[in-house]
Amino acid sequence: MMGTSQTLTPALRRRRQAKLRRNTLYLVLVAIGLVAPFVAYPVFLMKVLCFALFACAFNLLLGYAGLLSFGHAAFLATGGYFTGIMLASYPGLTPELGILIGTLAAVVLGILFGALAIRRQGIYFAMVTLALAQMVYFFFVQAPFTGGEDGLHGVPRGELFGVISLRSNVAMYYFVFAVFLIGFAVIQRAVHSPFGQVLKAIRENEPRAVSLGYNVDAYKLLAFVLSAGLAGLAGSTKTVVFQLASLTDAHWHMSGEVILMTLLGGVGTLFGPVVGAGLVVSLQTQLAQSPLGNWVSVILGAIFVICVLSFRSGIVGEIQKMVRKNFK
Amino acid sequence: MTFDRKTLASSIALAAATLMAGGAQAQMSDDAVRIGYLADMSGTYRDLAGPGGLEALEMAVEDFGGEVNGTPIEIFSADDRNSADVGANTVRGWIDEENVDLVAGLVASSVTIAVTKVLEANDGLGIVSGSAASSITDEHCTPNHIHWVYDTYPLANGTAKAVVEQGGDSWFMLTADYAFGHALEGDVTRVVEENGGEIVGGVHHPFPTSDFSSYILQAQGSGAKIVGLANAGSDTVNAITTASQFGLTQSGQQLAGLLIFLNDVHAMGLEATQGLLLTTGWYWDMDDQAREWAERYFERVGRMPTMVQAGIYSSTTHYLNAVAEQGTDDPEAIRAAMAEAPIEDFFARNGRIREDGRMVHDMYLAQVKSPEASEGEWDVYEILSTIPAEEAYRPLAESQCKLVNN
Repeated sequence: MMGTSQTLTPALRRRRQAKLRRNTLYLVLVAIGLVAPFVAYPVFLMKVLCFALFACAFNLLLGYAGLLSFGHAAFLATGGYFTGIMLASYPGLTPELGILIGTLAAVVLGILFGALAIRRQGIYFAMVTLALAQMVYFFFVQAPFTGGEDGLHGVPRGELFGVISLRSNVAMYYFVFAVFLIGFAVIQRAVHSPFGQVLKAIRENEPRAVSLGYNVDAYKLLAFVLSAGLAGLAGSTKTVVFQLASLTDAHWHMSGEVILMTLLGGVGTLFGPVVGAGLVVSLQTQLAQSPLGNWVSVILGAIFVICVLSFRSGIVGEIQKMVRKNFK
Repeated sequence: MTFDRKTLASSIALAAATLMAGGAQAQMSDDAVRIGYLADMSGTYRDLAGPGGLEALEMAVEDFGGEVNGTPIEIFSADDRNSADVGANTVRGWIDEENVDLVAGLVASSVTIAVTKVLEANDGLGIVSGSAASSITDEHCTPNHIHWVYDTYPLANGTAKAVVEQGGDSWFMLTADYAFGHALEGDVTRVVEENGGEIVGGVHHPFPTSDFSSYILQAQGSGAKIVGLANAGSDTVNAITTASQFGLTQSGQQLAGLLIFLNDVHAMGLEATQGLLLTTGWYWDMDDQAREWAERYFERVGRMPTMVQAGIYSSTTHYLNAVAEQGTDDPEAIRAAMAEAPIEDFFARNGRIREDGRMVHDMYLAQVKSPEASEGEWDVYEILSTIPAEEAYRPLAESQCKLVNN
């Protein structure tokens, strides 16, 4: 009597349907990503993708581990500067190796920062990360090899694997898109793994996670390092795209901007940071060239205030709520 | 409504003709001369170039008649927010998508260097009016840009030399602790020592600093006749304000500002800045020609133009003249034509563009007036002397530019 249909309980069926829907959504989005450079300007899209990856990395920490880092610019900049310096000084180095080195540098910095910062919680954690990031900023201002205020320029895009030239914007775009997909897949896996579940448990109730026997510090540190590494990956890729690394990336404004992107899109959702980054970058680009150019910061500030006051879970968060309410 | 055959045929022919015209008109790259204005429109450097610089650019285009040999001139503008990647990205987009022929403005040096790399890679043309870094036409020179108004070399050279010659032979340096400050300090030290003066002391302050009191006290204690400010923007403003509160100038010491603009002096007021020595590329009240243009600008904008804003008008006009004369907007030909024509207008005296892209012209040593001597809100400088074009800027013999054969 207990046939195969019996094992499909309604809950299981719903979960399968949800998985199917999610996979379809992923496929559609990848397809959009593949045709996008023929519709929109590739350099703009690359910028969106780099910031989207940066915001996703930040979201891994804030949205899933509940840690508000106010110093993520340090990882973005470290990745960027290391990649830039390596590629500019060793012409034989291929871009993917340069990006790897930049990412590793960010990982090492992440271990150092993380080991110090995760000992504190809440606002103190944010302050420790901010202070450490400011130290990194001053290091980049002073260091002889970063070009100080002028920044690091003329980083060659080079040839991917020594074969494919990245000089054309479209080729570069597909490379950046691939990097983004890898980064996003890592986050997606992390979030949906037992590791991600433990992170969420820590976010919701840390003492309880401790009492259940989890080594909370190790989990937090791993999340921090993962987030730092992915932020570094975003910075490294950005340096290759724009062929420069500058202090803007290390400035605390950048740490603030990524918070804005994540909150606007929806903290704790996978796509939220992507939507937020897309929105913020397009607003900055479009407004900067419009007669409202002088008001970019004011308009972004106003949007942030409206977001925090009226749709606190961000754009994607609100959409998810609506879907859950109406299409159950 | 339906298309009859004839309409369809003729519209296709018309479309084809339009397409052909693009190719047939070998001279102009397309149907318009497009100028993109990139500057900080909302941040620290807003007042020295910013929207006022865009007005100057629009004025230049209007005075030129809005077209070159029948080809209309279009203006684009964008805020770079002092970010190198925003600036480089914007210019790349302008060249790829809008076919922009000239990029003007360009203030923060990090943005400028990033943009010139994009211009070089994409064969564009840029005129830098706002940036201070002398490296823009030194190690970062390209055949695709020109540096117009000033750079740190004459600022250090002009002010330091003139001050030492006037008897200010002992200096205390107040230096912003980053590459720009160190470069400026190095230039000043060299000039002071070459002219028989000496540096008796100095202090590096972090960038940016809001509290200068301990540094100013050190400067007062040093006994130097001159306190040189090798910093910029809000740091300079804060240092001068603190010096004024501590009565530094009243006690017989003099301040020498190395990077100070009209808008800074206007904002701080004459009470705080009086007696300050500085080098400028242009001053609105320096002669009749300058006054005449500045008054037109004032009527339009409501502020007197800074040297950067005047330089934007001057350089745009020079560019448009070259385009009109050559009948092309090809960057290489235009840059060559611009370099050939001497520059003599309300802004530049004895101006010419060198092969490294530096536009050299007479610079002026100025002193800020005392409140009693000033006759109006904008009457703030007294021009003390002229620094001849050929002496003011870094000699080509010392250049590291790849376009110069050394």
